[in-house]
Amino acid sequence: MSLFDINEICRLYSKYEDCIDSEEFDNWVHLFTDDANYKVIPRENYEKELPLATLDLSSKGMMLDRIHGVRETIYHDPYYQRHVTSLPVIRQEDDSSVFCEANYAVFRTKLSEPSTVFNVGRYFDHIVKEGGALKFKSRTCVYDSEMIPNAIIYPI
Amino acid sequence: MNLKNSDISSIIDWKPDEMGRIPLSAYVDEDIYKLELERIFYKKHWGYLGLDAEIPNVGDFKRTVIGERSVIVVRNKEGGVSAFENLCAHRRVQFCRERDGNRQEFVCPYHQWMYDLEGNLRGLPYRRGLRVDGELRGGMPADFNMSENGLTKLKVESRNGVIFGSFDHDIESFEDYLGEMMLGYFDRIFNGRKLTILGYNRQRIPGNWKLMMENIKDPYHAGLLHTWFVTFGLWRADSPMSLKMDPYKRHAVMAGTRSTANVEASLVSGVQSFKEDMVLKDPSQIDIVPEDWWNGPTATMMTLFPALIIQQQVNSLSTRHIQPRGPNSFDFVWTHFGFEDDDKEMTARRLKQANLFGPSGYVSADDGEVLEFSQMGFHTNPSSTSMAKMGGNDTQDGDCIATETLIRGMYKYWREVMEV
Ligand code: FES
Ligand SMILES: [Fe+2]
Repeated sequence: MSLFDINEICRLYSKYEDCIDSEEFDNWVHLFTDDANYKVIPRENYEKELPLATLDLSSKGMMLDRIHGVRETIYHDPYYQRHVTSLPVIRQEDDSSVFCEANYAVFRTKLSEPSTVFNVGRYFDHIVKEGGALKFKSRTCVYDSEMIPNAIIYPI
Repeated sequence: MNLKNSDISSIIDWKPDEMGRIPLSAYVDEDIYKLELERIFYKKHWGYLGLDAEIPNVGDFKRTVIGERSVIVVRNKEGGVSAFENLCAHRRVQFCRERDGNRQEFVCPYHQWMYDLEGNLRGLPYRRGLRVDGELRGGMPADFNMSENGLTKLKVESRNGVIFGSFDHDIESFEDYLGEMMLGYFDRIFNGRKLTILGYNRQRIPGNWKLMMENIKDPYHAGLLHTWFVTFGLWRADSPMSLKMDPYKRHAVMAGTRSTANVEASLVSGVQSFKEDMVLKDPSQIDIVPEDWWNGPTATMMTLFPALIIQQQVNSLSTRHIQPRGPNSFDFVWTHFGFEDDDKEMTARRLKQANLFGPSGYVSADDGEVLEFSQMGFHTNPSSTSMAKMGGNDTQDGDCIATETLIRGMYKYWREVMEV
């Protein structure tokens, strides 16, 4: 008997996709706990246990700063993002927290251009119950994509 | 490639004394690019191969490139470094597909030719033929010389943990190549201390490889494109800045000293994005701790022609390797590192400050983006020119941000090598 309802985890996943793909980044931050961290890391570093991440937001303050950077300071080509996330596989759980993983694919569409596969990888999540809702305590996006097509601006 | 000088001038029309304008064909033309590979990447220039710390043990290897040619860098049996082209002597198969690993020998999968850690051919199946009905049939000719049929070896020089190689065995020493001034800045970071590899970032930027060098020779854009710097009061247009080149003007360093004085008082007109009230919600991202070896500058951005950038931006250190893929695109490989004697806090600091750099970095992601837009623009009108006239038409060293002298310097040298 599973302690966590897989539907609830999926609901958190779909909210996550929705927030990013519709560029509602403030709501994206609300899906994380106050002591959360968020990382985007190439599979190469992850497997070699090298600590460098492409994006390493180790506090909620850093996540908020990133959003400000994305909106106001980082100059970039406009683009749309679409996420597709697989069903999660639960690795470990107890009453209050669950470790789970899922595959993801992010498609990017630039103005006047066809859509392309932008970034593909696996989410490694630590999810906890907070005030009756599920939140990410950590999300690590480990990407297979060997070459980043120029830049990653928005969260993955 | 047999482009004659007269042919080059038909592609590039560049008046001898016109330093401040760069013909766009230099960025988009296939023939010019092929000539660059031949004259710049494969001759007379040292290319970055990696760091000692990446291949510490005998048999450790990594695969990289010089220009477009695939190169394997190995810790050999003597403890030194060998480098050879990843191209089988037999049918020219690119036999090594792993990115890195440990091997005592290299075997080509196609016909099992075997090479040692120095790239010498050590064995090949049926060399003396195959015994059929008691007699040897086939095999390599009797005069086939194993020692003449190894892999193409590179000349290798390491300096304080950084490995360079060249296909050109007549090349000058690495010290002479860098020149005294550049060597000083190089040794300031790499003084023989052991390095620790923190990790890699890889991005593909759809622009000409020279644009990346230009970008790191361009102090003019830093406070204008990278509004993040300015928004959070981390950058001032009038901070002490010194721009220096080697005697050939092929390499350069931009050395800056961060000022901590009141930002507001120092803003010059033209920098509009500064918002006085902006502070980082998590200031630990810029928890800068000066290190003993800095000796003055807080940032040194070195461009080692043709394809290496060495970055020190406060506590963040990296090498950035440009790997060209035709005139219109290059791969950009970042290797972040620290020093063996860093404590945990310093490592954490280097990693946190790394958020500013790389394909997602606050002050680097936008560089890649504008380089892509540059290349797009060049294509639409390749007979036009781009302008680099800030600070005049000459190639003297500089001491402020409002100059493009380092870009002009690089093209002065480029024109000599390319005979344009
Ligand atoms: S091609 Fe390498 S052994 Fe034949
Ligand atoms: Fe820049």
